[in-house]
Amino acid sequence: MDWFDSWALSLVVFIPIVGTAVVLAIPKAKELLIKQVALLTTLLSMAVGVIILFRFDYDHADKLQFPVNKSWIDVISSRYHMGLDGISLPLLILTLFVTVLCVVYSWDHFPEPHNPKAFLALLLVLETGMLGTFLAEDLILFFIFFELVLLPMYFMIGVWGGPNREYASIKFFLFTLFGSALMLLSFLALFFKSDPHTFDIVQLSQLHGAGLAHGTQLVIFGGLFLGFAIKVPMFPFHTWLPDAHTEAPTVGSVILAAVLLKLGTYGFIRIALPVLPEAARSWAPYIGLLSVIGIIYGALGCLAQRDMKRLIAFSSVAHMGFVMLGISTLTSFGINAAIFGMVAHGLITGMLFFLAGSVQERYHTRELSRLGGLLLQAPKMGWILGFCAMASLGLPGLAGFWGEFPAVLSSYQPAEGLNVALFRGFMVTAAIGTVLAAGYLLWMLQRVAMGKIPAEWEDAHIHDVHVPEWIAWAPMLILILGLGVFPGAIFHVTDDAVQHVSRMFGGEG
Amino acid sequence: MAEKAWLIPLLPALSFFVILFFGKKMPKGGSESGIIAVGTSFVLAVIVAAQWIKDERIVDQHLTWWSNGKAHITIGQHVDGLTAMMFLVVTFVSLMVHIYSTGYMHGDVRFTYFFAALSLFTAAMLFMVMADNLLQLMIGWELVGLCSFMLIGHWFEEKNNSSAALKAFFTTKFGDIGLMLGTITLFFAAGQTFHIETINKLALEHGALSHGLVLTAAVLLFLGVMGKSAQVPLHIWLPDAMAGPTPVSALIHAATMVVAGVYLVARVYGVFWSGFSIGNGGLNWMAFIAGLTMVLTAALAFVQDDIKRVLAYSTVSQLGYMVAALSVGAWTAGVFHLFTHAFFKALLFLGSGSVIHAVHSNNMSEMGGLKKYMPQTYWTFVIGTLALAGIFPLAGFWSKDEILLGATKNGYPYIFVLGLVGAFMTACYMGRAVILTFHGEYRGHGHPHESPRSMTVPLLLLAVPSVLIGLINAPGVLKFAHWVRFEVPGVEFEPPEHKFAVPLAAFSFAVAVAGLAVAYWVFYLKTAPNKGAFARSPLRTVKHVLVEKYYLDWLFVTVVVGFIKGPLARAAYWVNQNVIDGVVNAVGVGAKLVGRFTYDVIDQKGVDGIVNGIGVSASETGGVLRLVQSGRVQQYALMLFAAVGLLAAALILFT
Repeated sequence: MDWFDSWALSLVVFIPIVGTAVVLAIPKAKELLIKQVALLTTLLSMAVGVIILFRFDYDHADKLQFPVNKSWIDVISSRYHMGLDGISLPLLILTLFVTVLCVVYSWDHFPEPHNPKAFLALLLVLETGMLGTFLAEDLILFFIFFELVLLPMYFMIGVWGGPNREYASIKFFLFTLFGSALMLLSFLALFFKSDPHTFDIVQLSQLHGAGLAHGTQLVIFGGLFLGFAIKVPMFPFHTWLPDAHTEAPTVGSVILAAVLLKLGTYGFIRIALPVLPEAARSWAPYIGLLSVIGIIYGALGCLAQRDMKRLIAFSSVAHMGFVMLGISTLTSFGINAAIFGMVAHGLITGMLFFLAGSVQERYHTRELSRLGGLLLQAPKMGWILGFCAMASLGLPGLAGFWGEFPAVLSSYQPAEGLNVALFRGFMVTAAIGTVLAAGYLLWMLQRVAMGKIPAEWEDAHIHDVHVPEWIAWAPMLILILGLGVFPGAIFHVTDDAVQHVSRMFGGEG
Repeated sequence: MAEKAWLIPLLPALSFFVILFFGKKMPKGGSESGIIAVGTSFVLAVIVAAQWIKDERIVDQHLTWWSNGKAHITIGQHVDGLTAMMFLVVTFVSLMVHIYSTGYMHGDVRFTYFFAALSLFTAAMLFMVMADNLLQLMIGWELVGLCSFMLIGHWFEEKNNSSAALKAFFTTKFGDIGLMLGTITLFFAAGQTFHIETINKLALEHGALSHGLVLTAAVLLFLGVMGKSAQVPLHIWLPDAMAGPTPVSALIHAATMVVAGVYLVARVYGVFWSGFSIGNGGLNWMAFIAGLTMVLTAALAFVQDDIKRVLAYSTVSQLGYMVAALSVGAWTAGVFHLFTHAFFKALLFLGSGSVIHAVHSNNMSEMGGLKKYMPQTYWTFVIGTLALAGIFPLAGFWSKDEILLGATKNGYPYIFVLGLVGAFMTACYMGRAVILTFHGEYRGHGHPHESPRSMTVPLLLLAVPSVLIGLINAPGVLKFAHWVRFEVPGVEFEPPEHKFAVPLAAFSFAVAVAGLAVAYWVFYLKTAPNKGAFARSPLRTVKHVLVEKYYLDWLFVTVVVGFIKGPLARAAYWVNQNVIDGVVNAVGVGAKLVGRFTYDVIDQKGVDGIVNGIGVSASETGGVLRLVQSGRVQQYALMLFAAVGLLAAALILFT
């Protein structure tokens, strides 16, 4: 299996691109074939992922495994360097998994203007970009994958989106591009300031920013911060998100919530923190502050929404606030919680977007004031909505809790050198945020699922959960419960690698 | 067996999944699964209790759930007298409620779902009780809250019911902020562990932890207790929770879930004892809140017409007694009252359910004279009433007496006085409820009849312990205090115990009798609902305040929540759309102008072979994909990358 170990990551990343090429070669009329090829491609990639899962050495999860390191663009000594450790693995699997389910869900659900060929081709390109980002160990490679994600998502929103899609897609594109530009600038600075010049993330992490003046570090970190924070998105750079989510087709929203937002938080853990630990320490209080503002502010924004999908979109701002709060403590508890939170948010909010999409498909509206009585008309869907709302508000026993609670816990005792009183203030604020989260989610549940059937829908035939929906949702629901009961499934994978990061900040690990 | 105590919560948990997946296909709609599971758990609980009495051996085991570096997050079981007692109470009352519900919920649209939720609740409650660490306790605590939410909102078609469910969830969740933060504080104070025994030990050892830290943790945890065990002013959710089916009120909102807070205090008593300096006597935060709760909410029971709401306020008041007992150092008394109260209050709720089942109304103004129609319900209800009122020798007499005794002996005279006032009021409002419901003329519709055996048998089975159970801690027996005691291995600490005092007991008995006598005088001799003593007395204003529930609901629901949900949320969203997004849009428009300018300049000067080339190929790609934006995005992209290039060059050249 040696050949597998050296090819595994390349395979998993590029199978989707090959799939894209095949899909593009098939005539547009053969829709079924196109769908089958797309599904097969994602399943193949997933299969490679599963083998990786079995061959991964969990006792050395802090080491980069399945490494590939080949010369690539020699002129700028950028190398084709990829690897997988305990931090990347959960996100890799999440991405593979969610993409398969998205293809399944799309089966009979292609939004206007239909065109499965283009849609699936874009989805596969998107998958390559997302997977590559989680595996790249070279800044230029990382940047290319990071940017590769932009275009397909831009088209997904811009072509298959809702009424305001043009504005939303351009806003999404430019906003993230703006962040990427500054991020690239910081990458270049890191390159030129390192000795020897390198884009290699592993080498840069070993340097810890040695030889860089503190001021320079702060500025470079600032560029990284903007690039990642916009992607997360953190307050006050979040305004592209509700628009993008609201206008995007269901599958687009799911991918956006489940994976795309994690590129930013992953960037912090993989690049910003290890490469510039000193600057991270100086920036941490500000990141923490923006995180808790995001938690409260996102929740308040949710409370003001009248559109179900937009409400869920806004909730991402609050949830990602918990993830970023965990990261900003620079402790192992916080970073472990952050990674768990990323996966949990991906599953839970992804599910909520699926549900919003299915509700809209049935009622042709997402206006909370017009909906009601889902539990009576489509009881299974109503219960699933209730389950996901509970998971999203952080009910213990479901996945959301393990992203939220340890993040709050970690801010009781942030890393050495951080202001303890300040972070305890963050802790209290974040805890208040959990109550607000219960507020907006349960009010939504009450409006949509409970109550009598509104007169408008009394005679409407509302179909309960369809077969493709079951196939797409059941695995996510099982995982939401499974990870809630067995959080070790993720913490065991991440912990060693996270300890490795937190040691830079005085973590005892 | 004690090592296998984890089976006790596991069985109902399995039953939940069985009912969830197969319940509708089962002959009795899934109820049989719940009854078998809980029944078996009850038998196991009896075995565990018997073994405890025989060996008195504490079991404290755990497994690592997950690790973070050297910190291990565990899941485990801690079995001692308190656990064994809680196992018994929860499984017994749950079993009674299960049996009763087969009759009460017969023909309900969501019969199967109801039993699934009951199983889940029982599992979660037992999981919580079993916890050897605070995190696990917190998890069980929140899961019972979920079940409470589901069951209060069982008939969610009505907005009132779903709103009551939400209110319960929010109020307790607010308290849970305290529970969460207190747990976190203790986790770090105890050297990164949630283990309760360790935490108790450190809190009780002199100088191991700073007093400020322990006090902070105690205050935070107590916020959680106030939410869950409905202490003033966070009690407002409990009366509304009566919107759920009556068996649920008996199980969750009287006997078990609402005592979770009391259980928490009893379990982590070291922290509360040291934090609130309970041993010193005088005034402490916990005693203050509990004292208010005992009396203020008892007063509210007088103005209720809904029989379940009378019982709900009574429950809140009695929870006040339990917390008060713990706050004055009378640990055994508090736990004992939890124990006895579970039986007679479950009995009273199920009795009220039997009445409601017969007359199809919750309002006592539509009842009356039911004594002759429903004798079994009547007599069991009277037993429950006498037990609650504290009439010798029924269960409540013994436990209430111990609380008053502890309060006076441990230096808490005001709790003693408030306790007596509360006892008088309790006897009085319960007398009122019995009279309005069962005596006089029938004022409702239709022909009431006795409930089916599935409902009356649990009433009889609960009546027995309501009469007798108090005797296990009677003078000369006093076994309860020995079996269920607070002990931390390796620490010399025992909450104070006092000898039964006949004069005090006689006095509190007299007070209870006086309460019943006043009820007889006011409500029986002048039977007329809604024209009771208050309406015709100068206490009209008082009544008004009571009817308005001290304006606390208005304050919390309308003012606080209304403000957050309304103006505050709208303001935040307005800022989002106009201020933050305003900046974003302005930048966008600005960039567009700059972009056009740049493009024109480049175009005119013609220095742009490469740039144009890229631009053209980009828009071709766009064209292929039917991009309607005609290359505008590419323009911005180019501009941004040009800017980056320039900045990068600047950085390289000038630093």
